[in-house]
Amino acid sequence: MDDVLSTQALGRPPAAVEVLSAHKTYPDGTVALQPVDLSIQEGEFVTLLGPSGCGKSTLLKMVAGLLEPTDGRIALWRKPVQRLDEAGKKLAFVFQAPTLMPWASVEANVRLPLDLAGVPRAEADGRVADALALVGLTKFARALPRALSGGMQMRVSIARSLVVQPHLLLMDEPFGALDEITRHKLDGELLQLWSAKKLTVVFVTHSIHEAVFLSTRVVMMAARPGRIVEEVLIDEPYPRKADFMVTERFASYAKRLQDSLFTASQQNDEEAMT
Amino acid sequence: MSAVLKDTSSPPPSGGRLGGGPASAEVPAASAPALALTQAPGKKPRRNYDKVLYPVLVAIFLLTAWQGVVTGFKLPPYLVPSPILMMQTLVTDWQMLGLALLFTLKITVLSFVLAVVLGTLISFLFVQSRAIETALLPYAVLLQVTPIVAVAPLIIIWVKNPTAAMVVCATLVALFPIISNTTLGLRSVDPDLQAYFRLQRASRWQVLMRLRIPSALPYFFGGLRISSGLALIGAVVAEFVAGTGGNSTGLAYQILFAGYQLNIPRMFAALLLISLTGVALFVLMAWLSKLALGSWHASELSRD
Repeated sequence: MDDVLSTQALGRPPAAVEVLSAHKTYPDGTVALQPVDLSIQEGEFVTLLGPSGCGKSTLLKMVAGLLEPTDGRIALWRKPVQRLDEAGKKLAFVFQAPTLMPWASVEANVRLPLDLAGVPRAEADGRVADALALVGLTKFARALPRALSGGMQMRVSIARSLVVQPHLLLMDEPFGALDEITRHKLDGELLQLWSAKKLTVVFVTHSIHEAVFLSTRVVMMAARPGRIVEEVLIDEPYPRKADFMVTERFASYAKRLQDSLFTASQQNDEEAMT
Repeated sequence: MSAVLKDTSSPPPSGGRLGGGPASAEVPAASAPALALTQAPGKKPRRNYDKVLYPVLVAIFLLTAWQGVVTGFKLPPYLVPSPILMMQTLVTDWQMLGLALLFTLKITVLSFVLAVVLGTLISFLFVQSRAIETALLPYAVLLQVTPIVAVAPLIIIWVKNPTAAMVVCATLVALFPIISNTTLGLRSVDPDLQAYFRLQRASRWQVLMRLRIPSALPYFFGGLRISSGLALIGAVVAEFVAGTGGNSTGLAYQILFAGYQLNIPRMFAALLLISLTGVALFVLMAWLSKLALGSWHASELSRD
């Protein structure tokens, strides 16, 4: 069974994420996602980009195991997500909202996954402190989430995902609700974390600029029905600074994605007319 | 770049911290915790002071007016006693009224505690499965909508011990808010947070202890406030219906008895004690709720 999942296994390290014609149809017949194939190598920063209703969150949740695909296969390091431990890998999921426990301090929120897994206290203390230091919130360990700004709450959420020392980080429009300036700041910090921790990141967004700025590869999706229309490699060196966003090359990537999004939506309109 | 600018057209719900002065003035709740902290020392004592002062002023005004009307129109005390006479009766009849108060308090507290324990257990049962809730909820509602005055005589016949009978009556009245609020609370968990717990492979027990119960607390305390008042009402109704004499007499029985004797001042004194008991229960529940939720839940945060 496992061999079926790894299409390109010969001599290469296993793909971090392998999606084989997975699709999602809800019981009422709504097609959330047509069959898609997607392979993500270790260390990639892949963005799923598309308008609302294109199934990008659905795809991400299926990868995380939060949703069952109607049919098709999804493997992480050649294992189904429920048996990811056997591959010696861990994943973490960051939601669009900070999704913190309002009654618990920043520190207790970050500690939650370790508590749930029964990590010994002394070890947990150290890892929580490290994670808080990584996102620059050491001073706010005892604060309640309510006392923090939206951007800081999102940092807590990211610290909570890092504390499990994940190999794969799945992020569902994590900065979508933040203002532009805070978002840019967090995008930059995320890239630093990604390269420092050698993470594999799958990032969902509807912002073309954010996608181009962050990713090694952008997977362009379209809506009604949800599907992948194009994959674009962003062949630019890291570290990327804010001035990357005003280069001509950045603009050309953005235009290309914009065009493909436009074409996809036009096709939809033509189909609707006939 | 125009697309970047377009993105900002919808204002973010939070993070207004960056906006500085004007932004924090518009959305104080979300963006100005630091501001609130610096203002608190100067403002808070004054607010608490107002909270007591204003109602007391109203009370003084009403009592003075009452006293004035009674003495001015020379109303006989068997129709309307003056506040001063009421207080005098409270002092002279204290031995009788104090015992009655203790008895009513006993019934109220016993049935309230019983309602809280039973109600919480039942709501834990309800959230175990929709089937259980669907099967039993109509009967909980039936219990709630049947007037206790109509059922009380039956209970008093069936349960031999009058104290126990009264506790059963009052418990029935106080039970429903606890059940409905706690069930609602246990169910109203942030779905994303629930998904997060599932992702972390949390056990049913962990989800209950770390997620469901904390999420339910604000609803539970809301239920306590309503239920504490209802327990008192239930106790008073049960006493009226039972109408027992002898040792086990509560404030309601005192009112009944004083009515037969046309001892209106004592009636008023007993009524005053019942009202004060109700207020004390409410304040106690509000204090408990603040103690448990004060630091995090929106309903308990100061509104300035």
